[in-house]
Amino acid sequence: MIWVLIAVAFWVFTWWLNGRIANSPAAGSRWAKLAVPVIFGATVLVVWEALVRGLNVPPVILPPPSAIGVKVASSLDVLWVDFVQTFVKGALTGYLMGCGGAIVTAILIDRSPFLQRGLLPVGNFIAALPIIGTAPILVMWFGFDWHSKAAVVVVMVFFPMLVNTVQGLADTDSMQRDLMKTYSANYWQTLFSLRLPAAMPAIFNGLKVATTLALIGAIVAEFFGSPIKGMGFRISTEVGRLGLDMVWAEITIAAIAGSAFYGIVALIEKGVTFWHPSQRG
Amino acid sequence: MMTSLVPILTVITAIMVLWYAAAIGMNAKWARDQAKRAKVELTTSELIVDTWSQDRPVLPVPHQVASELWKTTGAMALKGRAFSKRSLIFHGWITLSATLLGFVFGTGAGILLAVGIVHNKAMDMSVMPWAIASQTIPILAIAPMIIVVLNSVGIQGLVPKAFISAYLSFFPVVVGMVKGLRSPDGMQLDLLKTYSASGGETFWKLRLPSSMPYLFTALKVGMAASLVGAIVGELPTGAIRGLGARMLTGSYYGQTIQIWSALFAAAILAASLVGIISMIERRMLKRMGVKP
Repeated sequence: MIWVLIAVAFWVFTWWLNGRIANSPAAGSRWAKLAVPVIFGATVLVVWEALVRGLNVPPVILPPPSAIGVKVASSLDVLWVDFVQTFVKGALTGYLMGCGGAIVTAILIDRSPFLQRGLLPVGNFIAALPIIGTAPILVMWFGFDWHSKAAVVVVMVFFPMLVNTVQGLADTDSMQRDLMKTYSANYWQTLFSLRLPAAMPAIFNGLKVATTLALIGAIVAEFFGSPIKGMGFRISTEVGRLGLDMVWAEITIAAIAGSAFYGIVALIEKGVTFWHPSQRG
Repeated sequence: MMTSLVPILTVITAIMVLWYAAAIGMNAKWARDQAKRAKVELTTSELIVDTWSQDRPVLPVPHQVASELWKTTGAMALKGRAFSKRSLIFHGWITLSATLLGFVFGTGAGILLAVGIVHNKAMDMSVMPWAIASQTIPILAIAPMIIVVLNSVGIQGLVPKAFISAYLSFFPVVVGMVKGLRSPDGMQLDLLKTYSASGGETFWKLRLPSSMPYLFTALKVGMAASLVGAIVGELPTGAIRGLGARMLTGSYYGQTIQIWSALFAAAILAASLVGIISMIERRMLKRMGVKP
């Protein structure tokens, strides 16, 4: 009972604290913008921990965050093997192949408005479909190891990336293109000096969306069959054994990996598209 | 519209041609092995016909998938057995009901949270960064856990899947709706202030209407995510009913045509759901006078 009271009290206290910070004159400052979400996140963890202890929730339903932290620390070797299998081999390989292929395809069809008019709606359509359903097929074709996971990732990221790149390549106005013409620049010079750089904001938009898709694809594809390692494999088997602390540990790693992946791509974007208004603000 | 029809049809035709060609290449090995075992020589045309009509091909061709789709939907409906367990209508309905239930709850909660975020600064500062960060996290990974945990507290069937669907459609709607509710610019807000409009009036007459385009974009993303959530949610439960279950059993027993037909059923479902939303969107935005 005491734990439940602690949870409620802590919740009320941090709520009041966040309200004070958000409505104080310092709300716009950098530390306030960082502190408020951090306090909120800490509150969720503390309330979770206290409620699980106070209400005696069995660990097979919801393990407390402390148990998850202990599990992460104690099974780093297993988590690392799973991380390499799913993220580095499956998601990252597929991501690079899929995004690279999509950008190359976009440049190839760039010279043909006919192909663009045909491929864009089809690509848009396919991007909205539950492509994850191709996972069982691709697992059958490419085997249980990471190759099939990379293939699923390629299929998942290809079309969003293609659509974004084609739209990005159209992102120049006639003034700029005319200027290139007055320099008597040929197609390739215009492409590399003007249109590709101008397409970078859209391309990075696609790259950022694709980071999440890549990790989802690699994990879910492992539900359809995998060697005895990998995040998706571990999640589905540990769920079967009711080892929920391990499942949460994998999810923690997946969340960190996903955010870090996104963050790295966003950092590269900042360096490449420093000229864009959205980066200067 | 007409100018893009020809190119689209060309692309689709090209995909079909490639598909049939790929089927010849991928299924040829099995056909040759069978022929060798039966000690017959296959001519090229016989080989091609065989690769396009195997029972368990590596890659089924479009007409096989289409006929399987028809056999498990239209033909069964004509026989009056639309809801028998072998019919895709039945499995599709299982998935669809979970998707819709989850979608309604997910978007409802998302819109409510967005309203809270827009009107409460503390909530905005504490929740919004997490809502954005959560979109970079592979949330789908927790699907099996939700299913099993809810199962162990005695909740089965539709609700766990709907829960995953709701969870997946929740965050896109929150982010999109917050953007939408904030989209009126200072001039418009000032105008309402000069009319001495209350907070509620500002919300109903300005913020909510101007958030509609954003809401519909988010709804389309959320609907697609809901369907994926429901399908993945069907995987770990032992897989008995639903489109995800059809895919899983298909992959266990090597029934490739069954996987492909389930995949196409899911695709058709997704396309029509998103299509319905964009139809409502067009009608509604037109009546509201929003510029296209």
